[in-house]
Amino acid sequence: MQTVKKIYVSLIFLFLYAPIGTLIVLSFNASKTRSKWGGFTMQWYASLLQDEVILDALTTTLLIAFLSALIASVIGTIAAVAMNGMKRRTRTLLIGVTNIPMLNADIVTGISLMLLFISIGLRFGFGTILLSHITFNIPYVILCIMPRMKQLNPSVYEAALDLGASHITAFFKVMLPDLMPGILSGFLMAFTMSLDDFIITHFTKGAGIDTLSTKIYTEVKKGIKPEMYALSTIIFVTVLILLFLVNKTPDKKEKTN
Amino acid sequence: MSSSMKKLHSLYTDKSGKGKLLAAPYVFWSAFFIIIPLCMILYYGVTDKTGAFTLQNITAIASIGHARAFWRSLLLSVVSTVICFLLAYPLAMILSGMKEKKHNFIILIFILPMWMNFLLRTLAWQTLLEKTGVINGILSFFKLPSLRIINTPYAIVLGMVYNFLPFMVLPLYNALSKIDENVINAAKDLGANKIQTFFRVIMPLSIPGIISGVTMVFVPALTTFVISTLLGGSKVLLIGNVIEQEFTQASNWHLGSGLSIVLMIFIILNMIVSALLDKED
Amino acid sequence: MKKLLPVCLGAALCLLGGCGSDTSNENIVIVYNWGEYVDPDTLAMFEEETGIEVVYDEFETNETMYPKIENGAAEYDVVCPSDYMISKMIQNDLLLELDFSHIPNAKSNIGSQYWDQSRTFDPENKYSVPYCWGTVGILYNKTMVDEPLTSWAQLWDEKYTDEILMQDSVRDAFMVAEKMYGYSMNTTDPDELQRAMNALIAQKPIVQAYVVDQVRDKMIGGEAAIGVIYSGEAIYTQYENADLEYVIPSEGTNVWIDSWVILKDAPHKENAEKFIDFMCREDIALKNFEYITYSTPNEAAKALIEDDEIRNSPIAFPDLTQYDNLESYTYLGEEADEVYNELWKEIKSY
Repeated sequence: MQTVKKIYVSLIFLFLYAPIGTLIVLSFNASKTRSKWGGFTMQWYASLLQDEVILDALTTTLLIAFLSALIASVIGTIAAVAMNGMKRRTRTLLIGVTNIPMLNADIVTGISLMLLFISIGLRFGFGTILLSHITFNIPYVILCIMPRMKQLNPSVYEAALDLGASHITAFFKVMLPDLMPGILSGFLMAFTMSLDDFIITHFTKGAGIDTLSTKIYTEVKKGIKPEMYALSTIIFVTVLILLFLVNKTPDKKEKTN
Repeated sequence: MSSSMKKLHSLYTDKSGKGKLLAAPYVFWSAFFIIIPLCMILYYGVTDKTGAFTLQNITAIASIGHARAFWRSLLLSVVSTVICFLLAYPLAMILSGMKEKKHNFIILIFILPMWMNFLLRTLAWQTLLEKTGVINGILSFFKLPSLRIINTPYAIVLGMVYNFLPFMVLPLYNALSKIDENVINAAKDLGANKIQTFFRVIMPLSIPGIISGVTMVFVPALTTFVISTLLGGSKVLLIGNVIEQEFTQASNWHLGSGLSIVLMIFIILNMIVSALLDKED
Repeated sequence: MKKLLPVCLGAALCLLGGCGSDTSNENIVIVYNWGEYVDPDTLAMFEEETGIEVVYDEFETNETMYPKIENGAAEYDVVCPSDYMISKMIQNDLLLELDFSHIPNAKSNIGSQYWDQSRTFDPENKYSVPYCWGTVGILYNKTMVDEPLTSWAQLWDEKYTDEILMQDSVRDAFMVAEKMYGYSMNTTDPDELQRAMNALIAQKPIVQAYVVDQVRDKMIGGEAAIGVIYSGEAIYTQYENADLEYVIPSEGTNVWIDSWVILKDAPHKENAEKFIDFMCREDIALKNFEYITYSTPNEAAKALIEDDEIRNSPIAFPDLTQYDNLESYTYLGEEADEVYNELWKEIKSY
C-alpha cells in the first residue's frame, strides 16, 4: 500500500513538474525555435542581462506584486480586525462581497475594472494594474487572516490593557504578533497570485507597460524569446533554493503556536 | 498616525456598532472596485449602443454560435473538475496522512509551479504535445503510435486539469487534515469498516473543502480563454474566447457584458449553495 | 470622516493613475505597431539622434488594435494599421491630416506607385505614409507535399488533414474562401458570404490550427505542411528552412499596405512626425527591411540593398502586373463588419 501511494504521489508530481522541466531544458537550447534541439548553450542567460525589454517587464512585475501584496496586506488586516468585531449579519455580507473577486471569473473582474477605469477617465498604465491587483489580492489576505483571528483569545488583549498598555501597544505587542503568521501567508499568497496573473492585467494595462505575463502573451504569437525561458528558470530555481533553506532550518516558532 | 490608530482601537473594542469605521477603508475599496464595476457590467449588459434597455445581449447566449461555445465550455469544465477531483482526493488523503512537520512544505510544493509563469507552463504543454513535440519524439523512438491531441478539446481538458489541480488539492488537503483522528477511530470502534468510515465520516467532514475546491476549479475552467487559445489552436471556441473577442476585437461591449452576466449567474448560484451549506453547520 | 474617505480615495487614485498630469509635456512618442515589425536598433538610434524617448507597444491584428484606439483608454501617437483599417479610422475621424513639410523623407523616398495604391483607402494621400506592403499567399513545405501548390482550393484537399494552418483573423480567413469561389474579397452579398462560410466550416476538420504569427515558427519547425502567410514572413522562414516555398495562388489574393498614421488626439504630434520621417529615411528603412523582411515601398532603401538576389526577389518585390485578380481590402462599414464577425464566430464555434 505504501508503494502504491508513493507511486501515485510521484506520478502527480511528474505531471505538475514535467512542463517546468521542459522549460528549463528549453532555456539551454541553442536553436531559437521551440521544436528543434540545437545543442547546449548558456547564451540566453548572457543575453538576458542585456535584454532591457524583459528586464523592464520583470521590474514592473515584481514591483506590482510587492506593492499590491503589501497594500492588500495592510487593508486586509484592518478589514479582518474590523470584521471580527462586527455583527454576524454584516460580517456575512462583507465576507460575501470579499469573496466576489475570488469566485468571479477573472475575465469578468478584468473587464469590469476596465470599464470602471475608462468611465472615470483614468489613464491606463502602472496605476491601473496596481489598483486591480490590490483588489483581487485583498480577499486572499483576509482569507488567510480570518482563521487566525478566530483563534485569538480576547482575554490576552484585555489583560494587556489591564496591565496598563495602551490600545496601540496592546495591538502591536499582543494582537499583531499572533496574527503575523496569517498576515505573512496572506502576503505570500497575494504576491504569488499577482505574479501569476495574466487575464486581469491583460484588460487593465496601458501602452508601453508590460508585466512578464502580458509580454509572454504577445511573444507567444511571434515565438517566445529563449531569454524568457532563462529568466523563468532563474526565478524558479531561486524560489526552490529559498524554499529548501526555509524548510531546513528548524522552525521553533511553529511549535509554540 | 498614532492618534488615529488609538481611535481605531477604541472602536474595535467597542462593539456597539462604531466598529464599522475601522472597516471603512475596506468597505469603500470593495464598493469602488468590486461593486461599482459589476454594476457597470450589468448596465452595459442590459443596454444597447444607443443606451436603451434591452435583454438581447443576455438572450444572445441562445444564438447558435454562442450556445455551442457555452455548452462546450460547460462540458469541458465539468469534465476537468471531475478529473481534478478524482485525482486530488486520494492525493489529499495520502498527504494529510503524512507527518505533521511537512505541512508547509507540501503546500509550498503545490504553489511552487505558480512561480513559473502560467502562460509559459501552458505553452510548455504545447511543446510536449505537438506533432513534432517531445512526447511524440519519445513515442516514435519506441516505435509507438503517436499522440494526436493538440488542438483538440482533449488538450484543453489536460491544460485545465494541469493548471487548476493545485486549487483542488489545497482546500481538500486543508479540510482532510483538520479531521480529528479520534472521530475516525470512534467510527471504527463502533464497527464501521473502511468504506463506511470513508463515506459516512471522512467524506461528509470534507465537504467544505470539496465545495471550495470544486468552485476554484470549475469557475476558471468555465471562463478561460487562454488555455483554449494556446492548446486548442483557436479551433475550439469557448465562451471565454467569445467574451474576450467581443471586448478586444469586435468592440461590442454590450454583448460582451451581457454574456458575462450569464457567467455571473453561475457564480451567484455557487455562492448561494455554499451559503446554504454553511448555515447547516 | 465618512465624507473625507472618498475624497482621500479619489486623490490616491489620481496619484496612482496620473489622471491629472498628462504626458503631453514629456518628450516622448508613443508608437503602436504590429508585433516584431521594426528593428529595435532603429528605435534606439531614433532616441539617440532626437532625444525623444520611444514608448513602444504592439498589437496582433487590426481588429485588436482598433478598440484600444477607439475607447481612448490608452494614449498613442503613431499607429501602423493596414489599408482597410485606415479607411475605417478616417471615416470615424480618428486620424490627423499629415503635414508633409515636416515629413520630407516620405515624399522623396516612397515610390509613386505606392502612393497611388494608397488612394484606394486614403483618397487624397492626406493621412498615411506607406511602411510595408505585400501579398497573402500559401507557404508549403516541399518535403511534406507531393505536388506544387498553386490554388486556394487545394487547402480543402483531405489528404492534407491536420497539415494546414489558416489565418486567425476574420478578413484573411474569408478572403481565402471568397477568392476560391472567384468572389470579391470585399463582398457583402449574403449568398456569397453564406457560401464562403459553409466552405470554411467544411474546411475546419482538416485545419490543424488557426494562427496569426505562430505560423512562422510552426512552418520552420515542420509542424505543419501548409500555411496561409503574409509574403514578408516567407523570406524569413525560407532563411530558416530551405524546404519552404511561397506561392501566390492562381485565383488571386490580397495586396496590402501597412502605413504610418498619426492619431487626431495624439499628445505628441511633432514627435510623431519626426518619428515617421525617421522611419522613411533610406538607411533606416533598409535596416528595418533587413530585420523584418517585409517588402519596403521605400525606393531609396531598395536601391541600397546590396544582394541582387534579394533586390530582384519575386517574393520580396513581386511584379504585380503578372498576377490576375489581385485586390485590396476596403472598409465595408459597421453593419457588414458585424455580419462578418457573426459568421466568423459561427465558423469558430463548430
